[in-house]
Amino acid sequence: MPPGSWRGTVPMADRTIRLRVNGKTGEGVAEPRVTLLDFLRDTLRLTGTHMGCEHGICGACTVLFDGAPVRSCLIFAVQAEGHDITTVEGLADAAGDLSVLQDCFWETHALQCGYCTPGMLIAAQALLRRNNDPDDSEIRDAISGNLCRCTGYGQIVEAIRLAADRLNQRSRPGNAS
Amino acid sequence: MTSADHPYRYVGRQRRTKEDRRFIAGQGRFVADISLPDMRHVAPVASPHASARILSIDADAALALDGVHAVLTGAQLQTGIEPIQHGVPAPDIRWYPLAHEAVCYAGEWVAAVVADSRHIAEDAAELVDVRYAETPAVVDPEVAFDATDALVHPAHGSNVLFHRKFVWGAVDDDFAAADHSLSFRVKWGRNSTVPIETFGVVAQWQPGDGLLDVWASIQMPKYSDQIAESLRLAGNRIRVHQDVDVGGSYGVKRGLKHAILAGYLARELGFPIRLIEDRLDNMSGGDAHGPDRIFDMDVAFNDDGTITSMKIRALDDCGAYPGRAPLQLGKPVGSIVGPYRIGSVAYEAISVCTNKTAQVAVRGFGQAPTNFAIETAVDKVARFLDLDRIELRRRNFIRAEDFPYTIPSGTAYDSGDYHTVQQKVADLIDYQGLITRRDAIRDRGGLAGIGIASCLEPGGGNAAFEPLFNPSNDTTTWMESCTVKVDRLGDVTVLICTSSAGQGHQTLAATVVGEVLHIDPAEIRVVHSDSLSSLPGNSPVASRMAIMLGGAAQRAAEAIRDRLIAIAAHNLGSPGSALVYADKSVHVADDPSTGLDWQALVRICHRQYHLMPPGMEPGLQASHTLQVPNGGTMPAEDGRVQMYPCFSFEAHIPLIEIDRGTGKVRIHDYAIAHDCGTVISPAIVKGMLLGGIAHGIGAALYEKFEYDSAGQHLTGTFMDYLLPSAHEIPEIKMAEHCTPSPLTALGQKGAGEAGYMGSAAAIASAVNDALLPLGLEANTLPVKLGMLSEMLKDHI
Repeated sequence: MPPGSWRGTVPMADRTIRLRVNGKTGEGVAEPRVTLLDFLRDTLRLTGTHMGCEHGICGACTVLFDGAPVRSCLIFAVQAEGHDITTVEGLADAAGDLSVLQDCFWETHALQCGYCTPGMLIAAQALLRRNNDPDDSEIRDAISGNLCRCTGYGQIVEAIRLAADRLNQRSRPGNAS
Repeated sequence: MTSADHPYRYVGRQRRTKEDRRFIAGQGRFVADISLPDMRHVAPVASPHASARILSIDADAALALDGVHAVLTGAQLQTGIEPIQHGVPAPDIRWYPLAHEAVCYAGEWVAAVVADSRHIAEDAAELVDVRYAETPAVVDPEVAFDATDALVHPAHGSNVLFHRKFVWGAVDDDFAAADHSLSFRVKWGRNSTVPIETFGVVAQWQPGDGLLDVWASIQMPKYSDQIAESLRLAGNRIRVHQDVDVGGSYGVKRGLKHAILAGYLARELGFPIRLIEDRLDNMSGGDAHGPDRIFDMDVAFNDDGTITSMKIRALDDCGAYPGRAPLQLGKPVGSIVGPYRIGSVAYEAISVCTNKTAQVAVRGFGQAPTNFAIETAVDKVARFLDLDRIELRRRNFIRAEDFPYTIPSGTAYDSGDYHTVQQKVADLIDYQGLITRRDAIRDRGGLAGIGIASCLEPGGGNAAFEPLFNPSNDTTTWMESCTVKVDRLGDVTVLICTSSAGQGHQTLAATVVGEVLHIDPAEIRVVHSDSLSSLPGNSPVASRMAIMLGGAAQRAAEAIRDRLIAIAAHNLGSPGSALVYADKSVHVADDPSTGLDWQALVRICHRQYHLMPPGMEPGLQASHTLQVPNGGTMPAEDGRVQMYPCFSFEAHIPLIEIDRGTGKVRIHDYAIAHDCGTVISPAIVKGMLLGGIAHGIGAALYEKFEYDSAGQHLTGTFMDYLLPSAHEIPEIKMAEHCTPSPLTALGQKGAGEAGYMGSAAAIASAVNDALLPLGLEANTLPVKLGMLSEMLKDHI
């Protein structure tokens, strides 16, 4: 169509969206077109989940949706109404704590810039929930939908392997901080 | 704790980094996390044409949308600012954040919409009616080089941004005297680092202070100065907050046009402005593409495998605007013969503009493509002489006893032991066994290849390419600063003068300061000063921070230590030479019970001026601004120059297999041996190395910004521009070696570009080894799956 003939989106009425985020009830008002990613970040101010590509490839925005890893950039917030969402902020039991998985990411230095890390942690968390003793190829498979430009993935694989070991009590935390 | 084998308490120890914890907890502070009251959002309007005149811009419909505050065009913007500066003389190429009168690439920004939300701004951007008259696009760099009438910037008079031929040594004589010579062409494709975080900036004008605050995901030398110059503001009226976490950069997060645009809007409109690229903005309009080079190579050599001379002609497609991009042909001057004893070399460097997205600094600043060209030459010589490729390298490597070694282009390499590092990687991967494995795959009909690459990583970041490529530029320092202060409670804070994009500078500075002062780095706070409270620095480019920030931090910490010794000497009545600093105390060397402890010393500094030596300033703080080791001289007439000070080395050996049917490359095995001198933080160096290898694998096999013949960019998404995942990057075997640099306090060298320096060359070498039995050659990177399947269609 010729430039200028299109007259923009007709705004739809804002909706109130209620969902469970990290074990607590979350509520906010957003347009129906707002993605779950933008809703988490802009409305609920949970900025740990990151925008990378907004077309479902990079995985930086991965969250758990009723326990399954999903791209929050490909889901509208209204679709999450009544569902259970876990973000990076909800991985540890208490704010400021680290889960075993998170601690293993620190121990192996499984990150550099930290931007893909929340999505990577969520993908790894989902893996360890369904498979508490994955081998390296299963680990690589589980994170293959999450792109990292810093690490070349090596220390991430190590971290997840270490977390599995630790959760199975085959290893103890190490390295001075 | 320390020993003869390991003389350091913290340096080189396996320790957790200081930075990681906040990222793991989801508490990074990235630019998109900044939310200011009344903040407005920008969406750019991008040109759909590679080359066109702008006839008119009608923003009425956009402005009529609820929530839209302004639509800024290039015509308006250009009256209020100065153009973005270039690294080479090109005064008639006027580069502004928004195009005016003409667009020079598809994706170039022509207008900026400001609205209450990014959603509304994007809606409105679609309503801005820009009328264009298309003009022919210049797409092929070789056509661009020769063109006299089809010009990207007619006012510039040609498409050539830089062209100079350097000749160092008796190149013609050496070619005439050599037993053989070979000529060939290789191409390095247009790729980039493509961080997962796009570029973003938030700008806020503070009218009461007359001050522009800038938060940006930045890795750019002299960023605030250049924003100030463009906005016609004094340098002290821009404050760049360097405590913003940067979500990956590897060179490309330069963002000048973004910050100038956001700063201008913030000042004009009176509310905070946020401009965060979406992925398409980033890929097409972000001006963050990397080198795109055609190398024409000639190499002269003798029957015994000695390479005597080389001619390199590099034609680089810079894209639409120069910026600093042409300088990426300059840095390789400082290692133009790689790790080899090649006695003479000619280097013709040509940068041209085309109607493509502009190029920017990418990891290594042009070194990785050049390494690929040099390594290809070495492989070809080995094949010609039927010599093993490792043996040929061994015969040509600079020997450990020859350092410091000055190459024909005038740069002295500081130290190295290339033969040993090469041997380490061969041992690590069992090179003879690997050949057996490759041949076994070949015997069952597979296409298997072993790659060999042995490359340098210059580090330390002098800016010597600036005066080399620009006669009006006389920059001979590229300093870095650090401040160490001890507060009244005795706790240590270190101020660094840069932002970080994952390089671990807090860990680096704390480790070095902790080492000098015998304080656990975990107890040291490291703060990223804003640009106004910073001492001079040049950002974490050029594999320089271990050398430069590490060096500055060490000198500042040593000044603290020396001051404490002087205070103790004054109070104990002993000469300083009789005293020892150990474990945060100063005591008499032969009487450890006589001394002053940390709290007593700190108390003197902060409270007891009467106990201080006469003339000493109160408090306990020290700063150091470090000049680049070996830096400080201008290039000679013939271009000979000391480029960077320190030279790390890496030797790669992968084993790959190409599927005959699909052209898919599988990496079966990959080993690297690496020498960056003294390693300060092993986990960080390991991560840099692994990440760099992955990036080079991407450049070799997957990543390319493609353009069609009309200059349309075809790879604006991650479905077209392919980034390697955990499936494509294999587990890497690593061996470290340490040849300390004599130029740095701890013997450290650079590591920020490690891995990437040679992995693309290594993969290309492996692909060509695999294709060799078929008599095929792949000379263009990336060797994408489709390209290989096309080559192999008659060999299935």
